[in-house]
Amino acid sequence: MNGPADLGGKHGFGPVVPDAPGEPMFHAPWERTVFGLTLAMGTTGQWTLDHSRFMRETLPHVTYYTAGYYGIWFGALERLVAEIDLDQPPPRLLTVDQVRPVLARGGPVDRPGPAPRFTAGDRVRVKPMNPATHTRAPAYVRGHVGTIEAFRGTHVFPDTNAHGLGENPQPLYTVVFEGAELWGADTTASAVSADLWEPYLEPAGGTA
Amino acid sequence: MADHPHTHDHDHDHDHDHDHDHSHLSEMEVRVRALQSLLEEKGHVDPDAVNELISVYENEVGPKNGAKVVARAWTDPDYAQRLFADATAAIAELGFSGRQGEHMVAVPNTAETHNMVVCTLCSCYPWPVLGAPPVWYKSAPYRAKAVADPAGVLADFGVSLPEGTKIRVWDSTAELRYMVVPLRPAGTEGLTEDQLAALVTRDSMIGTGLALPGDGAAA
Repeated sequence: MNGPADLGGKHGFGPVVPDAPGEPMFHAPWERTVFGLTLAMGTTGQWTLDHSRFMRETLPHVTYYTAGYYGIWFGALERLVAEIDLDQPPPRLLTVDQVRPVLARGGPVDRPGPAPRFTAGDRVRVKPMNPATHTRAPAYVRGHVGTIEAFRGTHVFPDTNAHGLGENPQPLYTVVFEGAELWGADTTASAVSADLWEPYLEPAGGTA
Repeated sequence: MADHPHTHDHDHDHDHDHDHDHSHLSEMEVRVRALQSLLEEKGHVDPDAVNELISVYENEVGPKNGAKVVARAWTDPDYAQRLFADATAAIAELGFSGRQGEHMVAVPNTAETHNMVVCTLCSCYPWPVLGAPPVWYKSAPYRAKAVADPAGVLADFGVSLPEGTKIRVWDSTAELRYMVVPLRPAGTEGLTEDQLAALVTRDSMIGTGLALPGDGAAA
């Protein structure tokens, strides 16, 4: 979607403000709580990481730009909780003894899936597209031509997984773009890469 | 407020400002506590597990982990080769793995090319090696600027690169998580791995900084 979260290349946000030495991880007690609740609820199996990202990026633009990052997390958590039946026990309850094993396991997203169509060196174009649903093809690469740098395996496809339409694993590639291809003369980047799933891509002819 | 005539009474103004600030702050606190209580009462979170999660990231996981990876790569060419071939496995050799580091990629800075990592769409970050991301990494200015003007970002951090250095930006749009291996500072040949790790800053592993100079570190 073309929501408030898709920020690459936008102007007007001002300079990056580095943190001070020894800056704390949280700036208010509620941020600490939101952090813990979000991670804990994320392990209960009631929504996917992709769906939670969609619930963050569909917050109102003004909220997204003013709430702070834990404010965004909290706004999405309220909406995620509103979608589930709290009177049903969660599929998994994260208990204190399971915290370290669960963190150590993480949530790998590589899956068996279709063979990759592209190989390193292939020229590809990111398809022009404007889905109102979740996608991980940022607006600034759509329509642009880049080069497949690496095939990264077959990974869960966020565009379907975010909406309960299945993991639908797809080949994932690192695609590298010349800075000038994306921004013309107005850039200091020599090259920019994004990690893009095969359904986002079409052949652009030739190899680099 | 509309019910009260305007007054120049100093105490009144003071109380008003105070109440306004206080109620604004406590609104988030109240909303968060309400949701916390609900989730606890309905049996969807274990408060002890929530506290444990917070404690792990506040006290244990952080950029010191990544610094060990970099120092090992600087001193052990075989390790560096494994790191750049399969970062997830090489980082796990040092005991770091799991949530938000399931699919790691390590990218080396060279004399020709400086690397910078961003997540323009949200806040993807390699937690097992760097901890939770700093505020600026998750904020709009960095996410907007890094992919188009990385040299401008470096200037915001007070960093300049040698003339002619190319900048390559990695946008973490999938579940791959990137860490930069910065250039080893000159004059550090005699340092131990631990001394080298002390030169590796968090920002140098994101690409918004460089490793600290070696002088003084050997003392």
